[in-house]
Amino acid sequence: MIEDITIVGGYDKNGDKEPVEEITIKKGEIFGVVGPTGSGKSSLIGDIEQLAQEDTFSKRKILVNGEEPTYEDRTNPRKKMVAQLSQNMNFLADMSVGDFLNLHAKCRGASQVCVNKVVNLANTLTGEPIKQEHDLTILSGGQSRALMVADVAIISDSPIVLIDEIENAGIRKHDALEVLAGHGKIVMVVTHDPVLALMTDKRIVMKKGGMQQVVSTTPEEKALSQKLNKIDEVMLSLRDQVRNGEVIGNIKMEDFGIQ
Amino acid sequence: MRMVIVAGTPGSGKTAVLVHALRSLNERNLKSSVVKIDCLYTDDDQKFAKIGVPTRIGLSMDMCPDHYAIYNLEDMISWAQENESDFLVVETAGLCHRCAPFTMNSLGVCVIDATSGPNTPLKVGPFLSTSDIAVITKGDMISQAEREIFRERILEVNPNCKIIEANGLSGQGCIELAEEMLLSEDVSLDEEKLRHSAPLAVCTLCVGETKVNKKYHRGILRRIDGFQSYQGE
Repeated sequence: MIEDITIVGGYDKNGDKEPVEEITIKKGEIFGVVGPTGSGKSSLIGDIEQLAQEDTFSKRKILVNGEEPTYEDRTNPRKKMVAQLSQNMNFLADMSVGDFLNLHAKCRGASQVCVNKVVNLANTLTGEPIKQEHDLTILSGGQSRALMVADVAIISDSPIVLIDEIENAGIRKHDALEVLAGHGKIVMVVTHDPVLALMTDKRIVMKKGGMQQVVSTTPEEKALSQKLNKIDEVMLSLRDQVRNGEVIGNIKMEDFGIQ
Repeated sequence: MRMVIVAGTPGSGKTAVLVHALRSLNERNLKSSVVKIDCLYTDDDQKFAKIGVPTRIGLSMDMCPDHYAIYNLEDMISWAQENESDFLVVETAGLCHRCAPFTMNSLGVCVIDATSGPNTPLKVGPFLSTSDIAVITKGDMISQAEREIFRERILEVNPNCKIIEANGLSGQGCIELAEEMLLSEDVSLDEEKLRHSAPLAVCTLCVGETKVNKKYHRGILRRIDGFQSYQGE
């Protein structure tokens, strides 16, 4: 049972010690990772995915329940404690959706029953439905992303969930986050989107490859997050209307929850 | 002399991974000498020169590059000894997927590109199936699910290998490869044997025949229907 993970800081791109020396994330917490592009957000997520033991270039060390994970824990996908949704939007494997999911379920030691569930869940997140007999490589960006989200949520069901930039995906990001985060998990979300960043409990600010500081979300920010959410919902429904060929009338600022 | 033989498809990141691993050995005051085998051209020696590792190029020209590498191992070892190196690292060209120039007591490293698709491990043959270590590169370009399937496929082909997921750009995982190199043992060539026999290549094409028509060919020949025979005197 995983209660918490600890990131022990290493070095930034200049070889200087990271300002954040140690940070622990507990079960049930959602952490954001923010910072400009190239600041090392994906590398931080990569270190956690590999449960780095001072063996990556950041020299960070990841502890699980305060202890070093075993080599087996780090590498065997059947034991894997981490599910990761990376930035990669496309599949390269030349096989059908069904075959791919079956193979992945086998790797993770998950039941084959999962395959139907994954496809059904993916279809709640994206526009045009995905079928099991479709070739992976012909899926659109949004379909691929939805399938990856559903695969991570169901087949890679792990106590630690890492999400790298869900917002660029053309899918319903809040629904996706809800599906992925589940209950009682440790969740980290890399994001540039203030709506998502303010939904988290704390956020790690990255700079030059190092963890610069940890900011706790204030009650004001939580309240603001609610408002931003409303704006986002309006934007989403407008997007759907445009997609469906409707003509948009005027919108009122009250729809945004702003006086 | 410890000997590390690195094979892998062209463009899989053999050189990039090695540069990071050898730099890590340098930091521990361990010296390596690199021989880069290629067929017609390579400028990889400059990449090794940048980290101060003595490098020699071997261009096999008309000879099969793996046969060429095996034939020249003795000279490579004496050259590495002259350099007072702890490791001789041989990077092969790795083209036909049928040879595996690993010897029994060398450390056999196969570098394989995760973006080449999950069927690749089934295609590449002995340089994967007889390796000690499979280094998977470019894993950051595919999803975790695809990475896990790729890994499983490698283990189907070589259940006993150690898998290292590495990134040739950032160097992630390359320190782990350096650690494995440290565990390797000294090799003396007197009794050393290949792990896997090299394929037959004894026919008129080997000695320069350019005519395509079947009647011009002699030697040990295999037909597309699988029938193999010796044609000739």
